[in-house]
Amino acid sequence: MERTISGIAVQVNEEGYLTDFKQWNSEVGKGLAEEANITMGPRHWEVIEYLQSEFKNDSPLSIRKIGKSGVVDIKEFYQLFPIAPLKTASKIAGIPKPASCI
Amino acid sequence: MKRLIILGAGTAGTMMANHLRGHLKRTEWEIDIIDEREEHHYQPGYLFLPFDIYKPEDITKPIRDFIPHGVNLINDQIDRIVPQEQFVNMVNGDRLHYDLLIIATGAKIAPEETEGMLGSEWQKSVFDFYTFEGALALRDKLRDWEGGKLVVHITEMPIKCPVAPIEFAFLADSFFKNKQMRDKVEITYVTPLSGAFTKPKATTALQHLLDEKHIHIESDFAIESIDNEQKTIIDYGGRVIPFDLLVTVPTNKGDALMERSGLGDDLNFVPTHKATLQSKDWQNIFVLGDATNIAASKAGSVAHFEAEILTDNILRHIEGEPLKEEFDGHANCFVETGNGKALLIDFNYTHEPVEGTFPLPGIGPLRLLKESRFNHMGKLAFRWIYWNMLLKGTHIPFVSTSMQEAGKNFD
Repeated sequence: MERTISGIAVQVNEEGYLTDFKQWNSEVGKGLAEEANITMGPRHWEVIEYLQSEFKNDSPLSIRKIGKSGVVDIKEFYQLFPIAPLKTASKIAGIPKPASCI
Repeated sequence: MKRLIILGAGTAGTMMANHLRGHLKRTEWEIDIIDEREEHHYQPGYLFLPFDIYKPEDITKPIRDFIPHGVNLINDQIDRIVPQEQFVNMVNGDRLHYDLLIIATGAKIAPEETEGMLGSEWQKSVFDFYTFEGALALRDKLRDWEGGKLVVHITEMPIKCPVAPIEFAFLADSFFKNKQMRDKVEITYVTPLSGAFTKPKATTALQHLLDEKHIHIESDFAIESIDNEQKTIIDYGGRVIPFDLLVTVPTNKGDALMERSGLGDDLNFVPTHKATLQSKDWQNIFVLGDATNIAASKAGSVAHFEAEILTDNILRHIEGEPLKEEFDGHANCFVETGNGKALLIDFNYTHEPVEGTFPLPGIGPLRLLKESRFNHMGKLAFRWIYWNMLLKGTHIPFVSTSMQEAGKNFD
């Protein structure tokens, strides 16, 4: 479905994740962050960039992997994105909801 | 004479030995299978041990009984794999050269990954049921536990048999009801996922059952540590959940052998091509079962479907033909829901579990994603099928290797 974030029209799925990463820019990211009650600072953006680069490499994300990324430890990741951090941060980053292996 | 070596004589390795011995000429191929253990465990049975439904002898048999004639069982410890030289080095100093290697070393729990899990309360009020010893210790605890807060917990994904923890919660509800003490037990299901399961339709069905059984769910819980003194689990966000009895599924990892050999990812799972089951790094190494890093369930049914496809692919590889990209992530799991009922789920990489009939479209007799007594009987009958058909590589009638779309109610 289409919706407007920060004045920009984007396609999202029923859970609100962008379905086309190419439509993402930092304004969209900021808008999505505000909806999750997060004020983006430099550390937030570093994490978002890391998530996006992993996504571009087709590399599946997990909390464990982020803890070992060298970008942020798990404790800080939770401070930056307090509620369900991996999902929230993925949504802000414009990448799909992380698929947990089953 | 060429040599094919299988590492691990669990469900996946044993099936491969049985499939391949029938296909490879004995005059051309020696097949060895290596495992340091002597007993084969029916791992789905671990779920039933704590509730005194199965006895230890129901789920253990000698490995040797399932290895076919013409396959060499080597009952010893492996030091490492040296893929550059095509050798398996044994702890006793033997070096075994291979032409083809199959890795089927499975997954195991790693409670040491979570701070405090192996603390003073381990096997006193903190238990696992993913090992034989853990399940038996928990059985002894449950026999005379007087009640309180029972917390059933998953540390992180992926885990073997991802439905086992919720089955444990359902069976616990039934167990305490039968003991006339359900009112003395508060059951909480704690998961790192955002709901009862990873896929939407199954999550809805399972959530409904949790509500019906008064099992409280705490989702999105990423555990940081266990406080043995306060008897609480704490997550990275600072959420604290108290317990009197914690039944946890610790982090699951592949065999440490993969770390020693430089073949594993950060959880010691082996990077594997998801449709051919060939190692991503070495053309003469194939991987199946819980040892792979593919995004399929770590379950016996998955290993069974993989084994049929991998057998074809190994024969193709030997003939120099291109591999078939055929594995679709097919999984088929019974979910025990307590009180003599179960539901059944059937899914793959792209199709989530939905309602329908199985294995015959429109007929069943098993019902998908609905509780029934017949499904429960199916689960119990499966133990016989496992020992007598599955391990021996006998094809199970009507159950296809790739998931069938017929008989399922997709939107």
